[in-house]
Amino acid sequence: MAIADSQATVLRASGAVARRQAVSRAAGWVLLAASLIGVAILIFLAYDTVREGASRLSWRFVTNYPSRFADQAGLRSSILGSAWVMGLTVVVAFPVAIGTAIWIEEFAPKNALLTVIKLNLANLAGVPSIIYGILGLAIFARYFGLGPSIMTGALTLSLMIIPMTVIAAEEAIRQVPQSIRDGSLALGASHWQTVRHHVLPAALPGIMTGVILAVARAAGETAALIMVGAFTFIAFDNTSPFEDFTTVPVQIYNWTIRPQADFRHNAAAAIIVLMVAVLSLNLLAAVIRERFRRD
Amino acid sequence: MAELDTSILRPPTMERPDVRDAGAALAPSREPAVDAILRPSEPALFSLTDLSFWYGHKQVLANISMSFPMNKVTALIGPSGCGKSTLLRCLNRMNDLIRGVRVAGRVEYRGQDIYARDIDPVEVRRRIGMVFQKPNPFPKSIYENAAFGARVNGYRGNMDELVERSLRQAALWDEVKDDLKQIGLALSGGQQQRLCIARALAVQPDVILMDEPCSALDPIATLKIEDLIRELVNEFTIIIVTHNMQQAARVSDYTAFVLADEAGAGHLIEYGTTHDLFTTPKDRRTEEYITGRFG
Repeated sequence: MAIADSQATVLRASGAVARRQAVSRAAGWVLLAASLIGVAILIFLAYDTVREGASRLSWRFVTNYPSRFADQAGLRSSILGSAWVMGLTVVVAFPVAIGTAIWIEEFAPKNALLTVIKLNLANLAGVPSIIYGILGLAIFARYFGLGPSIMTGALTLSLMIIPMTVIAAEEAIRQVPQSIRDGSLALGASHWQTVRHHVLPAALPGIMTGVILAVARAAGETAALIMVGAFTFIAFDNTSPFEDFTTVPVQIYNWTIRPQADFRHNAAAAIIVLMVAVLSLNLLAAVIRERFRRD
Repeated sequence: MAELDTSILRPPTMERPDVRDAGAALAPSREPAVDAILRPSEPALFSLTDLSFWYGHKQVLANISMSFPMNKVTALIGPSGCGKSTLLRCLNRMNDLIRGVRVAGRVEYRGQDIYARDIDPVEVRRRIGMVFQKPNPFPKSIYENAAFGARVNGYRGNMDELVERSLRQAALWDEVKDDLKQIGLALSGGQQQRLCIARALAVQPDVILMDEPCSALDPIATLKIEDLIRELVNEFTIIIVTHNMQQAARVSDYTAFVLADEAGAGHLIEYGTTHDLFTTPKDRRTEEYITGRFG
């Protein structure tokens, strides 16, 4: 009886255990608070933007060219410009980035040079975008004579997102279990066949995640594009990658710096359009990713 | 260097006739003892001469000389970390995939040194299949798992027939014939391992190396794999690493006992027919190991 009684009391948290459990519960609340701060700020910003811009949202706002009259100005040319630049950026950057990641992870000799390359990639991913803008202006716009064109913008954004995409793709490739590679190689598959049929499909969901983040960053990029000369008045539809252009974030910046309050409503409305577009892209990419993951 | 150096393993006080002396009386040749014990009279498929192996600076195998007979099951037994898996992976050059390894000595397969300069590891692995410790089916359908090896090796025949034949050989066909499109990972552990065996068979190899193929399986699944091994040995040469001595006794024709010295380098201690090794071990350490006194 005595033993049973003492065991019953021992099983109720007391002393050190009670303290540790209290700390554990407190940690849960602190972490929740940390998460809520971010969410609350995001909700407030979204609410403020919608309040400012909702009145300007209409189909005509999307289909009109820019104008010096705030109530007639629209996003037509900047949406087209963004679509052109994003499309070209994806086409240029991803083959290069994924190719680089595969080489680094699968084929490169693991030596000091590779360490230097990887370190530089990590540094490049942290370089401010305005620097890429200066580089793009000097090399693509001036040296190659492409001027402030869609091609210049796309190549500049490609340079900007290649490092971060390489790092994300590398990480995804590293996550593929060695046992899958061993299984394939033990069947007499060559290194490339193993990468092509097993490593890449297994790494694809992870690579896609990196790609989505990179696209989202490029889609919102302003500074680098202003630098290469996208800060212009475009009142025509782009039909070739060698034309002048503007993009939605540059248009937003353009409207924000004007003194008239009406243009600020335009800017807020354009932010809503951009957010919806980026969110839809992310959603689409997530759906594609899930499909790959299931197959 | 050519002879088996086991002297460092032996406590200096222990004066027993060792492996070499025991063989010397039987077969008078240049290295009578080694040949008598370590080279079975059947035609050899693999012939190892002074095989040593290093991970970086750490030696894992020391002067292994032995041969593996054709169309027999040879078991490699020994305590964890004795180098038996490394020895197995030397036979199809799977160790090449690990950085900083070094191989010395000769591994002859049908008379050819597989580590010679002009030998391609992909050709080696095509002929020398491997089944791993943990079942590692590809995250693809059962059909694609079985077909992959043949496909990458440029098989031109009827793939459906090959898949069926391989799955039948691996005693899996009846269990999966109605859902070949199902993903291989959905099978039970034992079925997955038989799928991995089927996958290896579809390449039509000469040898199948098995690295503790049953260590992740329950007793019933283990028994099925063991029956399968006895079935397959009519057509293939099988070399199996196992830490389960009952398994070695049940499935193998020959057994080799490998033991690491104080520095961690594995030595071949004793090699002979499974019957002799388990009933009349010649070395005291073999006897102690098989009777469960260490390891």
